[in-house]
Amino acid sequence: MNVVEVRKLWSVFRTDGVEACIHQDLDLTIAQGELLSIVGGSGSGKTVLLRQILGLEMPARGSVTVLGHPASELGQVGAASRVGMLFQQGALFSAFTVLENIAFPLRELQSLPEALVRDIAMVKLQMVGLDPSHAHKMPADLSGGMVKRVALARALVMDPPLLLLDEPTAGLDPDRSDAFCALLSSLHRELGLTVVMVTHDLDTIFQISTRVAVVADKRVIVAAPPQEVIAFPHPFVREFFLGGRGQRAQELLHPQPNKG
Amino acid sequence: MDDSQPRLVFETTPEGQCAVLHGRWTAAHLAEPVHWAALQRVLNQPQPMAGACQWDLRALQHLDHSGAQLLWNAWGRRWPPSVQYRDGQRAILERVARFSVAPPPTRRTTAWGLLLQLGSGVFGAADHAVGALRLLGQLLLDLVQLLRAPAKGPWRDISGHLYRIGATALPITALVGFLIGVVLAYLMSQQLRQFGADAFIVNILGLSLIRELGPVLAAILIAGRSGSAITAQIGVMRVTEELDAMRVMGIAQGFRLVMPRAIAMAVAMPLLTVWTTLAALLGGMLASDVAMGLSPAYFVTALPKAVNIANLWLAMGKSAVFGVMIALIGCHYGLRVQPNTQSLGEGTTASVVTSITMVILVDALFAVLFKDVGL
Repeated sequence: MNVVEVRKLWSVFRTDGVEACIHQDLDLTIAQGELLSIVGGSGSGKTVLLRQILGLEMPARGSVTVLGHPASELGQVGAASRVGMLFQQGALFSAFTVLENIAFPLRELQSLPEALVRDIAMVKLQMVGLDPSHAHKMPADLSGGMVKRVALARALVMDPPLLLLDEPTAGLDPDRSDAFCALLSSLHRELGLTVVMVTHDLDTIFQISTRVAVVADKRVIVAAPPQEVIAFPHPFVREFFLGGRGQRAQELLHPQPNKG
Repeated sequence: MDDSQPRLVFETTPEGQCAVLHGRWTAAHLAEPVHWAALQRVLNQPQPMAGACQWDLRALQHLDHSGAQLLWNAWGRRWPPSVQYRDGQRAILERVARFSVAPPPTRRTTAWGLLLQLGSGVFGAADHAVGALRLLGQLLLDLVQLLRAPAKGPWRDISGHLYRIGATALPITALVGFLIGVVLAYLMSQQLRQFGADAFIVNILGLSLIRELGPVLAAILIAGRSGSAITAQIGVMRVTEELDAMRVMGIAQGFRLVMPRAIAMAVAMPLLTVWTTLAALLGGMLASDVAMGLSPAYFVTALPKAVNIANLWLAMGKSAVFGVMIALIGCHYGLRVQPNTQSLGEGTTASVVTSITMVILVDALFAVLFKDVGL
């Protein structure tokens, strides 16, 4: 079953009367249980594509279907049980504590008792690898990595089948970024989530994604497992994956026993 | 009854009591008020709950962490002797079992805590006073520097602020002033007519508007309009690290941020006061004409006799003081904003409240000090 279907998508922005076309006839299909990385150059419209899937932008032409419904219908009551989103800066509510932030989507349902909501939020807090003692901190007192973890816990609090991530490892040091990838990978495996992420981080792409979609020339030029994408003949792919950094990161794909 | 409703059914089997779970035990389904009420009724029954009963989760369509948490709590947070589940369910239940802890206690307010709060409040107030004094001192030093080398002054900034604080405030101050003038004139005319003292409306309106209401009204409007803008502008610069960038480049914050705003305010406020007062007098004049038949010609000729010109100078003088004060308070709170958005909101609110309060306090001070001038 396809979780996300993007058909002939056109994204057009108008600034000062000048139309800028970001996507032209973009097609993308994401099946259940995939961990898909969306890559592309700066300004190629990766985040816009993610926002289209979330229904935050309206397609100029074409259609975006998420879990069998048009994306524009996504932002209705109970949306948190269908899609979780991790924004690049976390987007935690600054007036709430960590625990209140995580519990927010559940509390908004207004029918589950407070004690149960708190228990669920505490479990999610620890699931993303945070210590219970952080529960009453304010978002302003958290480090960048902790903000991302709390935001992930909030995105997961209603166990949505689809999780979207915008640059999940940006701004994290390599250690934390690795830990975050391991966490994502284990959640993906254990919860059977479909994960879609926009990222620049080659390590992340090779380490955990099952499929890579490359956005260039205003459309998805290739969407395939990492090994096949590397072999795809396109200037952007060559530059992005086969440059010096790409070469080093690819070693993750074929771990050599003598290097451990 | 639809199929996905989360249900718990007790069945009697040859091996004893057996609790069978049906439907989708997910947050979204459990939170349906009807489903929740029905499930609560079953869970609250005095059943042989966790104890002697067998649990069968295999018929479940879906179990998520919320459902697992509900179940775990119903079990009294320990495994019942006999549970039958599928592999995925076991992983979720085990995770819930492992991570179910009470949240750390929130800090309670004690008498000692209140005392500490009071203390930190006092220190905070002292800190504010020191900060404001330092800002004022820095402004004076910067002004001396400007007088020494006028060519190096931030004139472009000053003219920009002058336009934004002064020129763009003209419509709103005129509107508010005009309406206040109309209202005052109507109220006064009702009272004065009882004594047959119609002509004194010129004295009352002239003196109160020129000496007090004009400056205070303009200052309160500008405190709300430009004081908040100053705090927000500088606060956003703190949040986005622009202030740090300026410091790294060796650009003095006082000279480039505070002084231009203070100078622009000091120039714009007296002019806005005159403008507001004029609008209010116009409103009063028209209202007196309509309500009492007092001709505008008489109003204009009687005004200079009724109100000493010293009142106008006093009004303009104190407006300049109000202006510098509003600018300094705005900058003070703006520079103290912490690099997070909540602090930005708090700072802006505090800035407006403080400047309006200070305007009224200082106005009272002026009234006492200059009680012999122009009356």
